[in-house]
Amino acid sequence: MKIALYVVLGVVVVLLLLLVGVYNGLVRARNQTKNAWAQIDVQLKRRHDLIPNLVETVKGYKNFERETLEAVTNARNVAQKAVGTGVGAQAKAEGELSGALSRLLAVVESYPDLKANKNFLALQEELTSTENKISFSRQFYNDSVLGYNNKIQMFPSNVVAGMTGFKAGEFFQVTVPEEKEVPKVSFN
Amino acid sequence: MWEQIRSNQTRSIILVAAMGLLLLLFGYFLGVALFGSGVGGLIVALVVWVIMSLIAYFQGDSIILSISGARKISRDDHPRLYNAVEEMKIASGLEKMPDIYIIDDPALNAFATGRNPNRASVAITSGLLQKLNRDELQGVIAHEISHIKNRDVLLMALCSVLLGTIVILAWFASRMMLFGGMRGNRRGSSSGGGGYAALIIIAVAILLMILAPIAAQLIYFAISRKREYLADASGALYTRYPEGLASALEKLAGSTTELKSANQALAPMYTINPFRSGGRAASDLTSTHPPISERIRILRSMAGGASLAAYDKAYREVSRSGSGVMPASALAGVPAVAARKPEAVEVEPVEPEKISSARETSDLLWKFSDYGLVNCECGTKLRVPPKFRGDSIRCPHCGRVNPLPPRQKSVS
Repeated sequence: MKIALYVVLGVVVVLLLLLVGVYNGLVRARNQTKNAWAQIDVQLKRRHDLIPNLVETVKGYKNFERETLEAVTNARNVAQKAVGTGVGAQAKAEGELSGALSRLLAVVESYPDLKANKNFLALQEELTSTENKISFSRQFYNDSVLGYNNKIQMFPSNVVAGMTGFKAGEFFQVTVPEEKEVPKVSFN
Repeated sequence: MWEQIRSNQTRSIILVAAMGLLLLLFGYFLGVALFGSGVGGLIVALVVWVIMSLIAYFQGDSIILSISGARKISRDDHPRLYNAVEEMKIASGLEKMPDIYIIDDPALNAFATGRNPNRASVAITSGLLQKLNRDELQGVIAHEISHIKNRDVLLMALCSVLLGTIVILAWFASRMMLFGGMRGNRRGSSSGGGGYAALIIIAVAILLMILAPIAAQLIYFAISRKREYLADASGALYTRYPEGLASALEKLAGSTTELKSANQALAPMYTINPFRSGGRAASDLTSTHPPISERIRILRSMAGGASLAAYDKAYREVSRSGSGVMPASALAGVPAVAARKPEAVEVEPVEPEKISSARETSDLLWKFSDYGLVNCECGTKLRVPPKFRGDSIRCPHCGRVNPLPPRQKSVS
């Protein structure tokens, strides 16, 4: 009798431990997706911060197209205001900023002095890298969501997820056409 | 999928366990042969192993970095390198930014070290840094970050400690046997009847003394090669651009400079084997790294995909082997991932002014002494002496035959 009791108790304890492990794994995966999402915003903010510098550097050059510069500044202000107004609006504003930036950088093509400017080269490296970081952080966000969703849908963690109310994460999808094209920060 | 790739580690763990068993077996028989006590030998082997493992665990990364003469850099020292590492840190979801080191050496190589993802370092030689464009640098860094992310660094450190312990024990044992520490032997002969048993034990000990280091080395290499393929695969996944790493590897393969500070035991840590000599037979058992040409071919046959599954498929095709690099479980449920386009950005590598001006001066000096200059396709500058006769010149680097410009011939 006693042995049977111990066996049952043992099984229950093992099951509980498994449950706790699976649950914690789910929480970890969900937090990772949240963190990954926050990382995207960090990079977008970095781009906003870089733009005043870029505008300052380019402004010094005589006859630099005013409209292009203004378009970038405006797009940046709109994008900054769009922070926190919802994913759709923000994505649209950021998309427009990307478009304005790539136009600016295309115009720089015809300014050889500017292209040789050290400040500008450093800024260009920063901008290129920030664009990369934005897309890599989106990529990582999607990878994390994939891992999280797999956990939610696959056995046995799907049982725990169903009981404790985990919901599938949403993938980041590029909706604005400009955003789909990687802005060409190129001017060789 | 990040978790799943770790399932492959069971295989590595089995191999490590095999190495550990080998060490214990070796220690036991040595103990029997030398002190007449198997347990004594076991204890000696264990103590040496534990001490060395602890050192490797806590101090391994700083020892390696100081041996290779690496210096730590910050963002301002080399923004492009720093950015490349940060990009890959983001793509791989690493929580902490690894430390970045530059090794001032014209050889082309890079390595990662550190006991866990939160205490990791990436080191790259200045030669490599100068040769690579942005995409290629990103590929190399992605490969190194994958080593960190897959925890290869710790695994390989512990493996090399095991290997080192076996080698050290074998060395001491052979000295002790040579210089008459054979207590087991004496006891064996005095007890008469037990002579055969003692002889057999000594024979086994000697055999192990010779074979254990070799066997351990083979296991070590097997683990190391597998991890290299895995790091290539995850590197391609992080960058979504296998071609970057492939073309970086091509540049690495073209180089013949050996890393000065390299050390046989550290070899598996590098992107490519620092000791490869030209034209060595491809996939031999004693290589820590898979042949570069094969790694390049696999990366290039990923056919527009960048997922682990695409790499696995390419690996099967290229190596014509039934089993891939990854277990099926790592590939299940993972959708296809498309590779991205090459980065349009081709920022000229920001070369420190000192180097570039020094280079200009030397070019000028060569020119003054009537040396001709031919740029080979592999990136090597060939200097043609004024007395050189002939229409073409073979590049000592890549073997291409370059025609000499006509002006050159009329001058000479």
